[in-house]
Amino acid sequence: MTTNTTASTEVTQVATTRPVQPTLGWAPWRRAFWYHATFWSRTWRGQVISSFLFPVLYLASMGLGVGKLVNHHSGGVSGVTYLEFVAPALLAMTGMQIASNESMWPILASFKWTRSYWTAVSTPITPRDLVIGKLSWVAVHVAMVGVIYTCVLEAFQTLLSPWAVLLPLAGVLTGLAYAAPIAAFTATQENEKSFPVFYRFAIIPMFLFSGSFYPISQLPSWLRVVVQFVPLYHGVAICRTLALGQGSLATTGYHVGVLVALAVLGAYLCDRNFRKRLEA
Amino acid sequence: MALASTLRVFPTGAFGSRRAVHMLERNTMIYRKGWYFLVSGFFEPLFYLLSLGIGLNHLIGDVHVANRAVTYAAFVAPGMLATSAMNGSMLDATFNTFFRLRVDHTYDSVMATPLSVEDIALGELSWCLTRGSLYSVSFLVCMWALGDTLSAWAILCLPIAILTSLAFASAGMAACTFLRSWQDFDLVMLALLPMFLFSATFFPIGQYPGWLQLVVRATPLYQGVALARGCNLGVFNWAMAGHAGYLVVMSFAGIVLTSRRFRKLLTP
Amino acid sequence: MVTDPPCSVAQVLTPDSRVSLVAARGLVKRFGDFTAVDGIDFEIYRGESFGFLGPNGAGKTSTMKMVSCISPPTEGSLTVLGQDPKTKGPQIRARLGLVPQEDSLELELSAMDNLMMYGRYFDLPRAEIKRRATELLEFTQLSERANEKADNFSGGMKRRLTIARSLISDPDLLILDEPTTGLDPQARHLVWERLYRLKSEGVTLVITTHYMDEAEQLCDRLVVMDRGKIVAEGAPQALIQQHSTREVLELRFGMDGHGPRAAAVADLADRVEELPDRLLLYVGDGDEALAAVHARGLAPLSALVRRSTLEDVFLRLTGRTLVD
Repeated sequence: MTTNTTASTEVTQVATTRPVQPTLGWAPWRRAFWYHATFWSRTWRGQVISSFLFPVLYLASMGLGVGKLVNHHSGGVSGVTYLEFVAPALLAMTGMQIASNESMWPILASFKWTRSYWTAVSTPITPRDLVIGKLSWVAVHVAMVGVIYTCVLEAFQTLLSPWAVLLPLAGVLTGLAYAAPIAAFTATQENEKSFPVFYRFAIIPMFLFSGSFYPISQLPSWLRVVVQFVPLYHGVAICRTLALGQGSLATTGYHVGVLVALAVLGAYLCDRNFRKRLEA
Repeated sequence: MALASTLRVFPTGAFGSRRAVHMLERNTMIYRKGWYFLVSGFFEPLFYLLSLGIGLNHLIGDVHVANRAVTYAAFVAPGMLATSAMNGSMLDATFNTFFRLRVDHTYDSVMATPLSVEDIALGELSWCLTRGSLYSVSFLVCMWALGDTLSAWAILCLPIAILTSLAFASAGMAACTFLRSWQDFDLVMLALLPMFLFSATFFPIGQYPGWLQLVVRATPLYQGVALARGCNLGVFNWAMAGHAGYLVVMSFAGIVLTSRRFRKLLTP
Repeated sequence: MVTDPPCSVAQVLTPDSRVSLVAARGLVKRFGDFTAVDGIDFEIYRGESFGFLGPNGAGKTSTMKMVSCISPPTEGSLTVLGQDPKTKGPQIRARLGLVPQEDSLELELSAMDNLMMYGRYFDLPRAEIKRRATELLEFTQLSERANEKADNFSGGMKRRLTIARSLISDPDLLILDEPTTGLDPQARHLVWERLYRLKSEGVTLVITTHYMDEAEQLCDRLVVMDRGKIVAEGAPQALIQQHSTREVLELRFGMDGHGPRAAAVADLADRVEELPDRLLLYVGDGDEALAAVHARGLAPLSALVRRSTLEDVFLRLTGRTLVD
């Protein structure tokens, strides 16, 4: 509704000759955001089944199937069943997954193939609007999926603490810690060659070694140090704290701090690189 | 006339020709520049093996299969081998074939040369297989180096992996000719993901209730997993002949369907 | 007095009461060591159709990106709609329409959705965009395929949709970068016809092109660009009169070279140009010159008499052809 009021005040000044004028309105970035939302609303159907099905399948296989083996031998992990242990990691993993997918091919496509960023900057939209629009879209996308996943986790009775309502937010934070730096990188790329390599040598190892499937105390000590630099590790730790109600404020603050720092640094680089490329 | 159409339905020696090799050459040339992409494909299953071995070996202890207690990594490794054969050949057969068929129209230009529809299908399949075999060999070497091979029979995992590749490549290529847009690939993933997670890859089939066991036994990936696991242990039974037969029939049906569909799409 | 256009953007009145929409002085654009635009001056007035004619790589697109306030000039002063693009980029772009050289439609979306999406960038209310989009699809003859994916469109239809898109904000200035490059002749004529209608409705057009026929048909006034510099400026006919003769006689001889023949006919024309495949004789009367050529016993394989075009102007000024 705010849109219309902003538009109409400017309209009154010029109503004599033309009915409606383009305006700058408030927060132009939201139009870049709506671009993504509109696009998604036209193509989401294919994803919806997998959005619901994936967490169910994953929990059934890893949580219940492998969980039976783990619980049988070790009686659970960190004082909870294996299912309760792996379930919250799903939120952080999804944040990483959505964010990295959204920040590689689609962004390069907008620069090179559909050229929709060039289209946008020929209108009142600025490169910064595009960055804010993109990142806020990633946040909303992760949040939507995060709410669904949190409901699935609740259905599997894996949420032990009321703090679990914040799980989608933890997913969003993890997502932004990935989306912003990756988008900044993508903005410097001329082709998609580096993406599969990045996916296989960064995303997959992070997925496998960041404490999602077992506590990082199982890892050799040098890997435990490396993992401190992996956003997913921090995301998983936050999600687990929220879902299980374990963990101290100080450590959680540390994990949140690392992710916020990455997101902010990434957003700064994004802004710089988008501008460099689009204003050349 | 009758003979020709019979041969078309039941491909024998007359199926395809030596010219299929040119498709293989084409792909080798294309990938010569993207070799790192090819090489990187090998690391994914290795990362899985390392991660699960490091983390879960200790938490799970020994897994009992065929009256033997084996480490979790040794249990999972053959499953990973079969899975990577499936994933590798499915991705190549569906994504790349779709791209060449619908987007790039590579095959249309190939059809303007002496190559036949069967040559294209055969050439693409052998490419999938070459690639898949390379991955399987290197994965097997890693398995051995990590101490996850349990008997000398483990060497048989190689032909098993290649057969699994063939079955999924030919079925995937056939399926790919029915896909209309990139969005339809969600359906492919919808088929692959449950198989990956549930075909006795991560935990023994005995954990399922009886009726679910039947469902799992019917999936194509389970055949590959069961064969590879049996070979790794050096334990053989008649059921394994059934698994192998399943994959052979699947490969065969896939090839026939693929060339039929290619003929329909490329020579309208 | 020209009625003030209904926008907050100030207009600049020139002494001869033309409204200046774009003014550039000493405009330079460099990319590293490469100078794409090398100190050009020009002024574009309201209601006219202004062209930048030049071969590929002349600096036209770089100029267009500066005029459309996307890329900032390296040096020089630029005023668009009376404002400075450096500080007022978004405000100016709100009043511009741009048809970029490369199509940048959302191929997965329908024609209508493409216009809706673009209109939202200007913060127009949805109902208003819908109304305009319907009109514009009508105008660009795409109404029947409004709900079809842009991916299915032909090159000409995509171009027309891009033009419709650029008009959604009812711009004061419409910038077209190579509007018909890559289109077949029929599709080109359809685009020209629509642009001609816009021009007659008083829309200010800025067009870059390397087709001299396009420049002659659409532009009231144009500048000829070469290697980042402006080499001539004026109305198409005036430029032809100033830099070329009334007619041109084109002669083709066999494969044994045009050189000796050029010398043999040099005195028949004001000027003779030797191209790889033909000789151009710049003359007042082509038929008379052709008769003289025959009278000398030279037997060209083919001969053609035509009027001078901007192509000849470009050849005269730079020694090169526009399209290679």
